[in-house]
Amino acid sequence: MRKTMIESLLRGPLTEKAPPVDEAALAELAESVKHAARARLGHSLSIRHVDAGSCNGCELEMHALSNAFYDLERFGLRFVASPRHADVLTVTGPVTQNMREALLRTYEAMPDPKWVVAIGGCAVDGGIFSGSAAVAGGVKDVLPVDLTIVGCPPNPRQLLAGFLALLQTAS
Amino acid sequence: MILSQTSVKVDGWLKAIDRLAEGSLTLLSLWADPPDVKMATLDAASGDINIISYVTRHNQYPTVGVKHPPAIRLERAIRDLHKLDAIGASDTRPWLTHTTAPYEFLPAEGEALHQIAVGPVHAGIIEPGHFRFTANGEFLVRLEQRLGYVHKGIEALMTGAPLNRAAKLAARTSGDSTVAYGFAFARAAEMALKIAAPPRAVYLRGLMAELERLANHFGDIGAICNDASFSLLHAQFGILRELTLRAAEACFGHRLMMDVIVPGGVARDISEDGVAQVRALLAEARRVFPHLIQLYDNTASLQDRTVTTGVVKPEYARQFGAGGYIGRASGRDVDARRTPGYAPYDALTFDVPVLTDGDVNARVWIRIREVEQSLGLIDQIVESLPNGAIMAELAAVRGGEGLAMVEAFRGDVLVWLRLDTEGRVARCHLRDASWFQWPLLETAVDGNIVADFPLCNKSFNCSYAGHDL
Repeated sequence: MRKTMIESLLRGPLTEKAPPVDEAALAELAESVKHAARARLGHSLSIRHVDAGSCNGCELEMHALSNAFYDLERFGLRFVASPRHADVLTVTGPVTQNMREALLRTYEAMPDPKWVVAIGGCAVDGGIFSGSAAVAGGVKDVLPVDLTIVGCPPNPRQLLAGFLALLQTAS
Repeated sequence: MILSQTSVKVDGWLKAIDRLAEGSLTLLSLWADPPDVKMATLDAASGDINIISYVTRHNQYPTVGVKHPPAIRLERAIRDLHKLDAIGASDTRPWLTHTTAPYEFLPAEGEALHQIAVGPVHAGIIEPGHFRFTANGEFLVRLEQRLGYVHKGIEALMTGAPLNRAAKLAARTSGDSTVAYGFAFARAAEMALKIAAPPRAVYLRGLMAELERLANHFGDIGAICNDASFSLLHAQFGILRELTLRAAEACFGHRLMMDVIVPGGVARDISEDGVAQVRALLAEARRVFPHLIQLYDNTASLQDRTVTTGVVKPEYARQFGAGGYIGRASGRDVDARRTPGYAPYDALTFDVPVLTDGDVNARVWIRIREVEQSLGLIDQIVESLPNGAIMAELAAVRGGEGLAMVEAFRGDVLVWLRLDTEGRVARCHLRDASWFQWPLLETAVDGNIVADFPLCNKSFNCSYAGHDL
């Protein structure tokens, strides 16, 4: 263990520079985030994630945000276990009929102010799964969406650029 | 692979069920192509695969699940998706379709028992499912899963879909196994169309499948350590996983290599510096991996959590035909790359690791050994990568059926499909390895403490999406 730790220390961090903030996301957010909320939150956001029907590809890339290369927490962004602690709800997948209620209840459990980020092509409008009887639609068909991050799945840099836009707008 | 098809009457159907129950046949899947129900079986002695079809009468067929429990959830799914009833079934609750009616969990009776309901929304970034635990103090006496939350109707969307759209749906059945699904779907379609992918495409498919296995195994080993609160290894394996995904992107333009495998071959060739990128990845993995494994093996506090935790009994693994690290950690010497086998693996050398302890630690060690095997396989693939075309002509053959099995990182994926006369998918069935692994998790937690459930669950890492379809 000692060897691995010393090696890691000597090598220096693998963490990479932040990607530029997504301009399109900033514009989208300017519409939805009220100025009053900004002062209250400071420079940190707590994120609660719900998979509402994803193929789990988006989840893999969201996990990658916590690895040494992207290190999400350095920006004051962190994933939390309870919706009660969250400012942001991220949602992946088309919303299935079977997850619709669980998604709504998670959203309702979050305190105001709160934002919803739809992640991945499926979350936008159901994507390749739209039209299925088992699918209720995209996230916007169930919840008010403040930001969308497209991609199938969006890669960690795209995710980070979107989150940073959210942080900049919200704080 | 010898693949045969048999149409049977009631007596033939019942005879097949008896053979499943006695263990001379392994159930590969059970699905409906109305008005037929079909089961695919593997003959344990000869390695032959047989598809047995039974024409339902009045939307009914004799139950398989009563004598052979691995079929129970498949029968419940058939009922939800196709309104065909398994007559005599012991469990007729809905499975993939959720209704507003309360779901009746199986009872557990005894003094001082209490229930813990978890999900569908879990604490981490994971897929949704419901776990109903019954515990006596800290000890679990029963776990019952309720799945189906991410049911998207994939098989219904497949019906009538052109081949390219169907391939994309298959590739999004379980994102962590997108290469394996693409591979299995393409091979099933090629069997139906009576064509073969060119040699270069076959080798590139193998390369992608092994990169996917590496990325997932790296991620899993780290995540299991993380669930035992050993975050150092989680961080280190996270680096290896990220490097693997970056190499995949450098080679094939997509970190998960989604949609690169298509019926007929591969959609794009490996990039010019792809082979060099892969070699660099192999060198780094070989430099770092042994130290990390040594650390895993020498950390007593970690071993204390993984050794003897979550044991899957070998007889259950055999009965359920469990594949992947779950089956192989419990004594099943199986791997779809070897039996039934498929290209390019028939021309490559590799070992299939098998252990018998069946605990979390054994499932970690199977992954460790498989990482080593995958590194060797990738070596062989890049050494002998053939030149030439990457796509075969999609022949004008109309109709036809195909079945393929591919070894994904978590076990065998089975795809069966039937094409219509227009070349579209008339019916497609996708069976994830998880179908026969999820039920074993219910057995593995028996007698373990509640706090060890995440560890048991992570060591299984079953797919919700691949199961819920």
